[in-house]
Amino acid sequence: MDLSIVNNDYYLSGMAALIGDIDSNLVLHQAFERICVGRQYADIPRGLFVIRGENVLLIGELDFHQPIRVPLVEVTIEEILKLQKEDIEKKGRIEKLRQKAMIEHGLVDDGNPIEEHY
Amino acid sequence: MLFYSFFKSLVGKDVVIELKNDLSITGTLHSVDQYLNVKLTEVQVLDPEKYPHIQSVTSAFVRGSVIRYIQLPPDDVDTQLLQEATRKEVTQPRKE
Repeated sequence: MDLSIVNNDYYLSGMAALIGDIDSNLVLHQAFERICVGRQYADIPRGLFVIRGENVLLIGELDFHQPIRVPLVEVTIEEILKLQKEDIEKKGRIEKLRQKAMIEHGLVDDGNPIEEHY
Repeated sequence: MLFYSFFKSLVGKDVVIELKNDLSITGTLHSVDQYLNVKLTEVQVLDPEKYPHIQSVTSAFVRGSVIRYIQLPPDDVDTQLLQEATRKEVTQPRKE
């Protein structure tokens, strides 16, 4: 079965060899990790991939009877990794400013330790 | 168990699920399990501009632990019944 898995910042697609168990642990065959930054993306081949169920957000089945609509532009792996690094740095700077503003208002934000992975 | 039974009664209805990563998706409730994992058919993303990479997905499994909200059609929920059931669930001694 061809699936795509949305996992917060990463997006993996491949053929599922086993839809694990109640914990949604997965084994993916011929997996690709798709990194998207804005409208650009790149696929990194990962081969055989095992995913621990607690990290899975959503598993989507692709419908091949419909034309695959992906309004994204493919770039090289080097390019996307560069873009991703810049994106993370930018978000880090914005977060720092936000924290600073919160502290100036007397509020402390420890983040949500349970939800911080989401 | 109560909410598992509650969602079982809503199979076939259209719902909107908001995940903890702020993604909202709409679809028809196909099935639910004891962990409140949800399977949806006819999946559509509510903000395709922000999440363009999920557009070709038609059916999806969503892990219960990542759901923040499930928005339900108000006409399909009997709030009186739900209130009574939740009250009973709390006051009655548990078998475990």
